[in-house]
Amino acid sequence: MRLPPQPGEPLQRDRELAFYFQGKPVTAIHGDTFGSALYAAGHRVFSRSFKYHRPRGLLCCKGQCPNCMMRVDGVPNVRVCVEPVREGARLEAQNVWGSLKRDALRVTDTVGGPFTPVGFYYRTMIRPRRAWPLYERFLRSVAGLGKVDKHSGRAARFDTEHRRADVLVVGGGDSGVDAAQGYAAEGRRVVLVDQGPYLVGRELAGVEIVAPATALGIYEGNLVPVDAGNVLLRYRAEHVVVAAGALEQPLVFPGNDLVGVVLPEAVRRLIGLWSLKPGDRAVVVSADEPGLDVIPLLERAGTEIAAVVDLRETRVREIAARGKKSRVSSVQLDERKVDCDLLVVSGGRQPAYPLLAQAGARIEYDPARGIFFPADLPEGVEAVGSAAGDGISGAVPAASYNGAAAKGKCFVCVCEDVTDKDVKRAIAEGFDSIELAKRYTTVTMGPCQGKLCHVPSIRLYARENETDEASIGTTTARPPWQPVSLGLLAGRPHEPAQRTSIHHRHKELGARMMWTGTWRRPHSYGDPAAEAKNVHETVGLIDVSTLGKLVVSGPDAAAFLERLYPNRFADLKIGRIRYGVLESDAGRIMDDGTIARLGDDLFYVTTTSTGAGAVLEWFGWWNAVWGLDVEIADVTGALAAVNVAGPLARELMERLGDLDVSNGALAYLDAREAHVAGVPSLVLRIGFVGELGYEIHFPSPYGEHVWDTILERGADLGIRPFGLEPQRILRLEKMHILVGQDTDSESNALEASMPWIVKFDKGDFVGRWSLEHVGERGFREQLVGFEMTNGVVPPEGGQVVIGGRPGGRVTSARWSDQLGRAIGMAWVPPELAQEGAEIALKVNGSIERAHVRLRPFFDPDGDHLRS
Amino acid sequence: MAFLLPCPNCGPRDVGEFTSTGEVTIRPTDTPSLRELTSYLYFRRNVAGVQREWWYHRLGCEEWFQAERDTCTNEVLRTWVPDPSGAQADARPVPETPTA
Repeated sequence: MRLPPQPGEPLQRDRELAFYFQGKPVTAIHGDTFGSALYAAGHRVFSRSFKYHRPRGLLCCKGQCPNCMMRVDGVPNVRVCVEPVREGARLEAQNVWGSLKRDALRVTDTVGGPFTPVGFYYRTMIRPRRAWPLYERFLRSVAGLGKVDKHSGRAARFDTEHRRADVLVVGGGDSGVDAAQGYAAEGRRVVLVDQGPYLVGRELAGVEIVAPATALGIYEGNLVPVDAGNVLLRYRAEHVVVAAGALEQPLVFPGNDLVGVVLPEAVRRLIGLWSLKPGDRAVVVSADEPGLDVIPLLERAGTEIAAVVDLRETRVREIAARGKKSRVSSVQLDERKVDCDLLVVSGGRQPAYPLLAQAGARIEYDPARGIFFPADLPEGVEAVGSAAGDGISGAVPAASYNGAAAKGKCFVCVCEDVTDKDVKRAIAEGFDSIELAKRYTTVTMGPCQGKLCHVPSIRLYARENETDEASIGTTTARPPWQPVSLGLLAGRPHEPAQRTSIHHRHKELGARMMWTGTWRRPHSYGDPAAEAKNVHETVGLIDVSTLGKLVVSGPDAAAFLERLYPNRFADLKIGRIRYGVLESDAGRIMDDGTIARLGDDLFYVTTTSTGAGAVLEWFGWWNAVWGLDVEIADVTGALAAVNVAGPLARELMERLGDLDVSNGALAYLDAREAHVAGVPSLVLRIGFVGELGYEIHFPSPYGEHVWDTILERGADLGIRPFGLEPQRILRLEKMHILVGQDTDSESNALEASMPWIVKFDKGDFVGRWSLEHVGERGFREQLVGFEMTNGVVPPEGGQVVIGGRPGGRVTSARWSDQLGRAIGMAWVPPELAQEGAEIALKVNGSIERAHVRLRPFFDPDGDHLRS
Repeated sequence: MAFLLPCPNCGPRDVGEFTSTGEVTIRPTDTPSLRELTSYLYFRRNVAGVQREWWYHRLGCEEWFQAERDTCTNEVLRTWVPDPSGAQADARPVPETPTA
């Protein structure tokens, strides 16, 4: 099959490779693609078609048509005609029920034709209705091309790179190379993207060559994503030059999909790149000069030219290819029948305009040349060479060459197996716009994305509607212009994990880690109930480094916070702490935290663990709106923090440094700067978990040192670390809300039972007017605590049932060993927000009773906190 | 949305680096009526054309700035950091809430 060595052939015949096709070894030589090696080994049928399972062979040989798609090493839909051979690769045919030679579903072609017209799945398989699940299962199993291996896992790793260029040239043909060199000579940074492997290793002065790679589209702002294998290059270019060339168009006639019917480029590549003889006896039918250029090539390769039809000179009414054993054996040209095993057809070349159309160019039709070409290019986008329509001439082929006598299917679209009859039927059914007909018939929606069927379908459409191509117009060009794997678009999975500087200690202590936002935090160290109990009885230690931490400073810092929070901060004394709840102007709770005043114009603000970013943005925005003299610094990552809590916390703190932690010197809600375990720290006396507690903030790098020192010095006191789960139990006992757990995007401070935090007697603050309105209109619901009568823990998110209907919802619920009861918080109608009121909760389908509590379940007067 | 937005500090950057709170609104100075409050909170002019907006360079310098952008073409006419007095100056108010 292989021709004798040709002068200048890119093959290296002494280097042999082997791969497997359908389990059998195939020998290739260096320079082959899988497709050319299979061709050399005598294979002609490469796939079975989408709908009719007709045998298909090489058609375009340049990676556009669907005919050579195979599964290569588990990756479906690889166009083997352009995929370079790899040693040991395993290829499997696709869309085959049986074998490539005998495909059971060929029956859809031979007898099923009349039963499977365009849109048949909307019509023929609807009765009887009960049978639909069967039909559906069948349709799903036969629809689609290729199979994804669900067990392949993450075989490849994909990345995205952001790049810039002064000039990006898409297409490495002669005009693309010329344009690139021209701009490079002007001293501009030029990148040339080419699909084929032919520019690899070539040097162009001042031009960066990216090949083989494909531009997928042109987006807003000259953003051009380029598929470079396992990397998506997102190019931003000041100027984009599209030199995408032209697309050879097939002719529409009966039998135009037979194996052996090829486009001219297939001949050029088979002979020129791989020294393969395309056939023994050829017929060439061409509407333009490039189509006829293959004749001398064929002659040199020893192919007999049986007939040549130049459509520019000869008018033909009927062309019909006939086949034997799925290969073309003869062609009927009007009255003349010519035997052949190769039929080269060219319906002229069409500028590859889709990238330009995506960029915003208008597409016009030139009736003289029968092509669509780009006009009115947007600024920063240029078209050169054939893509612009330059140098394209030829006869305008007929919409189809199927005379009255012709039999056999006449394909407009080989990807989706759409015939001329399907298009005509769609028109007869009233699909009078090309956009609607496209969706109904799926012409141009297959793997080639219209490269081979767009223009022929428009021609046919124009003829059947008795109008011209210009009136029919084109369908919208959308990215991707070339096929791309979903993995590349998805990129590398980015699941950022934030870890505190004490993270590894938690792991060593056997903590069960959990996600809170992007943070990894210990859920518990094995026994949440015992950890909570330990806080009540001796002392516990929790890592709270995840808290958002902001330093707000400047002459207007106090005024700034006063306007941001519903409670007062201007009168906060230096060294004192106050709890604050941020509200939006719509009165909705955004976040909460504590604010410590460290100086006249210096405040230390903590936020929730997941809210730090949003609060930083929020503060920054209001600062920009008000134009106050305030600096906001995010120190979340710079500082670690731990909370030491429990009745023995003071004794432990005394051992950690020389700070006077007596109740007189460091009272509840006092803040002091001091050395703890020898580390400069900020000590905040706050009690989120309900017992005497100290929150210690210090530079992150000391995380493990401080953690270790505290555990060591507290060992004899019975200290043990506690995780997030015991903390949730403890805070629930105190009825402290968790923003985002007990509140949602509709909750406000008044209905969340925190009226004491809203000071209407101060000046304007964010959310004031909306909260005033809530006060005036009355409450619609209220957040309350509840305790179960029988100890059953209701599900979070469960219903509060009133008169048999849902009337509220549970937001938090836990069993408390300390109280010996199941407790929780819930939103209930305001009339039920009474101490002791009975509410009904739905638990696993049955109704359980609970009593409303308005004051903290544990230590309602805060004696423990203040002790 | 794939246009480039010129950050006043960092220069032209991919719009994906930024977040926006939409058009610049005017916060009432005195206690608003419920109607005025609703307009301020929930209604926007939503112009097809040049609009003044707030942008935040989240993945960059973390600066809040304003931009004039054509909502039809995504052309950004100018960007600037508002000076202390002028964040809402010259912003156009939201029209009166339509009556139900």
